[in-house]
Amino acid sequence: MTKQVQQLDRVIIRFAGDSGDGMQLTGDRFTAETAQFGNDLSTLPNFPAEIRAPAGTLPGVSSFQLHFADHDILTPGDAPNVLVAMNPAALKANLADLPRGADIIANTDEFTKRNLAKVGYDANPLEDDSLKEWRLHAVPLTSLTVRALEGFDISKKDAERAKNMFALGLLSWLYNRPTEGTIKFLETKFARKPEIAKANIAAFQAGWNYGETTESFSVSYEVKPATLPPGTYRNISGNQALAYGLIAASVQAKLPLFLGSYPITPASDILHELSKHKRFGVRTFQAEDEIAGVGAALGAAFGGSLGVTTTSGPGIALKSETIGLAVATELPLIIVDVQRAGPSTGMPTKTEQTDLLIAMFGRNGESPVPVLAAATPSDCFTMAIEAARIALKYRTPVMLLSDGYLANGSEPWRIPEISELPDISVPFATEPNGDDGTTYLPFKRDPETLARPWAVPGTPGLEHRIGGIEKADGAGNISYDPDNHDRMVRLRQAKIDGIDVPDLTVDDPDGDARVLVLGWGSTYGPIAAAVRRARAAGHKVAQAHLRHLNPLPANTGEVLRSYDKVLLPEINLGQLAMLLRARYLVDVISYNRVRGLPFKAAELAAVIQDVIESD
Amino acid sequence: MTDNLNGKGLALIPRAETKQSLKDFKSDQEVRWCPGCGDYAILAAVQSFLPELGLKRENIVFVSGIGCSSRFPYYLNTYGMHSIHGRAPAIATGLAASRPDLSVWVITGDGDALSIGGNHLIHALRRNVNLNILLFNNRIYGLTKGQYSPTSEIGKITKSTPMGSLDKPFNPVSLALGAEASFVARTIDSDRKHLQSVLRQAAEHRGASLVEIYQNCNIFNDGAFDTLKDPSTRDEITIRLEHGQPIVFGTGDNERAVRLSPTGGVEVVRRAEVADSEILVHDAHNPDPSVAFALSRLDEPAFEHVPIGVFRSVDRPSYDQLMNEQVQTATADKGPGDLAELLHGGDTWTIR
Repeated sequence: MTKQVQQLDRVIIRFAGDSGDGMQLTGDRFTAETAQFGNDLSTLPNFPAEIRAPAGTLPGVSSFQLHFADHDILTPGDAPNVLVAMNPAALKANLADLPRGADIIANTDEFTKRNLAKVGYDANPLEDDSLKEWRLHAVPLTSLTVRALEGFDISKKDAERAKNMFALGLLSWLYNRPTEGTIKFLETKFARKPEIAKANIAAFQAGWNYGETTESFSVSYEVKPATLPPGTYRNISGNQALAYGLIAASVQAKLPLFLGSYPITPASDILHELSKHKRFGVRTFQAEDEIAGVGAALGAAFGGSLGVTTTSGPGIALKSETIGLAVATELPLIIVDVQRAGPSTGMPTKTEQTDLLIAMFGRNGESPVPVLAAATPSDCFTMAIEAARIALKYRTPVMLLSDGYLANGSEPWRIPEISELPDISVPFATEPNGDDGTTYLPFKRDPETLARPWAVPGTPGLEHRIGGIEKADGAGNISYDPDNHDRMVRLRQAKIDGIDVPDLTVDDPDGDARVLVLGWGSTYGPIAAAVRRARAAGHKVAQAHLRHLNPLPANTGEVLRSYDKVLLPEINLGQLAMLLRARYLVDVISYNRVRGLPFKAAELAAVIQDVIESD
Repeated sequence: MTDNLNGKGLALIPRAETKQSLKDFKSDQEVRWCPGCGDYAILAAVQSFLPELGLKRENIVFVSGIGCSSRFPYYLNTYGMHSIHGRAPAIATGLAASRPDLSVWVITGDGDALSIGGNHLIHALRRNVNLNILLFNNRIYGLTKGQYSPTSEIGKITKSTPMGSLDKPFNPVSLALGAEASFVARTIDSDRKHLQSVLRQAAEHRGASLVEIYQNCNIFNDGAFDTLKDPSTRDEITIRLEHGQPIVFGTGDNERAVRLSPTGGVEVVRRAEVADSEILVHDAHNPDPSVAFALSRLDEPAFEHVPIGVFRSVDRPSYDQLMNEQVQTATADKGPGDLAELLHGGDTWTIR
C-alpha cells in the first residue's frame, strides 16, 4: 500500500501524558530527529513540579510541544496541529488549546472507566462523538506495544513502559523523520540493559510500521528542511547554552570557572551540565544553601577564579546580601537567575519575567548591578560570555536573567567558530599603584572604566583588606567620612552607568512605522512572530529588543521618543515599563499576562493591531 | 588514594625566603576594640606566631564575618576580607577550595559562627575545607551591645532577656565534634603560650580546624572565664588535654583523673581512688570522635571542669584536594577541555 505524502510548511505537535509516561524524552527525541533533518524548530516543555503526581490525574500531566518548519520560526507555536494524548487526563488538560480540525492520537488502552472517572469524564470522549470536530485516531498504544514485544525477555511493566517509543515511531513515520539517531540513542541509553534497548527499538519500529500499514492514517506529511544561514548547527536548550557560555567565558578569560550553586528548578540543569566538564578546570560546588553558593563563588572570585552562582527567584532573595558585598568589594561575579513564577515558591516549573526589579534593586543601600537578559535559548550562550565580559572588565557582580521558557526550550543554534568569540581576559594587578611606588591602593580606579585593580592573594606586596564596610576612596581603608561616602556611592553608580553597551537596534523594514513594539528577555520570539503577522496583515510596525537592562543602551530614550506609541509586552505587571517611564518620561503601553506561559504570537498580533488602530 | 597531607599541612603553601617578624604582619590600621578587650591578646598572639610558620605573607588570607572579632583582618598585613554576618566559612570555602596554595583563616565569634552562620560552620567542618576557624567565644553579643548569644548560659539577664534567657547554649567543641571536624581544640585568650601552641597545630593541620578561644568581653560579659584565669581556682578546674598523656588535673589532695564511665561517657574521679591503668589516656588521633565528645561534655554543668587543648586531630583528605583530584582525573582521562569540541558535541548538521 503506498500512502499519499502531503507537503506542509510547518507543524506543531504536542506530546502529552502522565508524568511517568516519558513525554519529555519522547519530545526530546522527536526534536533531535527534526533537528537532524534540518528543519527550524522551537520547543516548549511543560511539566508539573511534582516528580510523580498521582497517576492519571490532571495535575500529573506532562507535555512537550514542538514547532518545526521549512522556514525560520520564532516560537514553539500557539496551537498544536497534533495532540498525542497518552491518557484521558492528557486529553482533558490539552483539548482547549487544540483548534478544531486538528489531529488527536489517543491511547485507547488508558481510557478505562477508572481513568475517565479520575478526571471527571462521565462518558468516554473517544466514543461519544464529543470529539467529532477533531480528527481522532484512536490507537491502542499500550496493547500494540505489549504485543510487539511478546518475544522479549522483559517484564510486562517494562513492555508497557515502551509505549512512548511506539508513539514516537508512529509520529516519526507520520512526519517522515530520520530514525537512525533514535536507534543509536536507545542503544547508548540502555547499553547496560541490552534486552531493554532491543525492546525499545522494537517498539519504536513497530510504531513506525503501524503507521505505514494501518488505515487509521491515510496520509503522511513532509516538512522540507529549512534554509538557515550556512554553518554547522546543533539543537540546544537555554540551560545548556548558558552552561556552555560560562565555559566559553572561562576559556576566553583564561580563568578557572568556579560555580557555587544550590539545586533549584529551573536552574539546576546548569549545575548538572557544568559538573560534567571538570577537564576545563571547572569546579562545581553544591553548597549547603543559596547563600553559601554565592558566598563560595565570591570567595573564589577573590582568589582569581571566574565566580558564578546559578539560581531562580527564591535563591536571588537569599543571595541579596552577598551580592551587596560583591558590589561593595567590587569583585567580578556572575549571578544567573533562571526566573520562574512567584512570589515565594510560586510555580517552580512555569516561566515568568518577574525578577527584573529584584535584579535591579533587590539589595540594601545604593547597590547598582548590571542586568542582562537572554532573548532566546541559544542567546543564553552569547549573554553568558557578555555577563563575564562586563563582570571582569568592570569588577562588578552581573545579574544575568534567563527564565523557565528559555531554560527548557530549545532551538537550532549555529555553532560559532572559536575565533568569533571575544577575548575577555583582564590582567591581575601585580605592582603597587600608589604614587610612592610602594603602596597598593585597592580602590584606585581606572580613569576610563572606573574599575578598581584586581589583586589576588599570592601576589607579593599587594596585601590588602576589603569588606562590606565603606572604604576610603583609593586607599580602601574603613571610612565613615560623610563626603567620602557620598563620593563612593556616586563612583559605584557611575561605574555601572558607564558600562559599554551596544546601541538598541530597531527592525523597521519600511522605516516609517509609527508604532514600536519593545521587549526584553524571552519574549523575543513571540513578539517577533507577532510583528511578522502584523506586517503580513499590512500594518507598519517596528520592533526592538533589549538584552542590556542596566545600563540601558545609550540610545534607548531617543528610540522610544521617535515613535508615536511604544507597546511593551511583559510576563509581569509592567516592571520594565515602570523603569522606562521613570527614566525617559515616555508613557509606554504595557501589555501584561502572568500565566506562567510564554505569550502566543496570535495574542500579541491582536494587541499590536489594537494599538495601531486605536487613537 | 588521596595523598594525605596531614602533619605536613603547610606543604602546598609557598615558604617565605627571608625570616619574618611580628612587624611584617601588623597593618597600618589603628586597632579599635574596647580597652581591655580579650581580642587584643589574641591579635598579639597571632601577629607574633604567624612569622614562625614561615609562610609567604601574601599566601595568607584572613576572612571574617560580622561582630567585634570580625574586625581582625584589618589589623593584619595579609590578604583579608571582612565579609557579612555568618557567611565567612562559606566565602572562605570558595577561596580555599579553589586555591590550595593559601593558608586561609576564618575569624568569627559565638554569634557569627553559631547563630546566623551555624549552617555554614557545620558544613565547612564536615567537608573538611582547608580552613583554620578561630571562634572567639565571649558568650555575649558585643557589637550589638549586650544581647545574649548562643553560648550564653540559661537564665542570662541581658537587654533582650530581662527575665533571663531561655535557650540552652551550644558547646562549640561538642558541636564541631558532632559535625565530625577533623581538628577541634579549645584555648584561652589570656594564656598566650597555650593559645599559640594550639594555633600552630591548627595551622599545620590540613583540613578544617576549629579552635574555640575563650575571650573576655570586659564591657558586656566581664569575668565570664575568671575561674579559668584566677590562680586560686584555675588549676582545679582546667583539664589540659595532651595527646598520649593520662588525663589528670588539680593539685595536692584535690588531684583528680578522668576515666571511662560505665554509662559510655567519661567521669571525673579523685586521683587517689583510681589505679593508673584506669586513667584515660588522651588520644587525639582516635578516628572515633565519641571519647573526644565525652570529654567536651565535662564542662557541664556550669564550668565545673573545663578541658582545653586539642580534643581531636585526625587525618582526612581536605576538600580542595578532593576537588582538585576530580579535575585532574577528568583531565587525565580525556585530556584538557577543547572548547570547539565541546560546542560541536552531540548531533550536528551542516548547512552550506
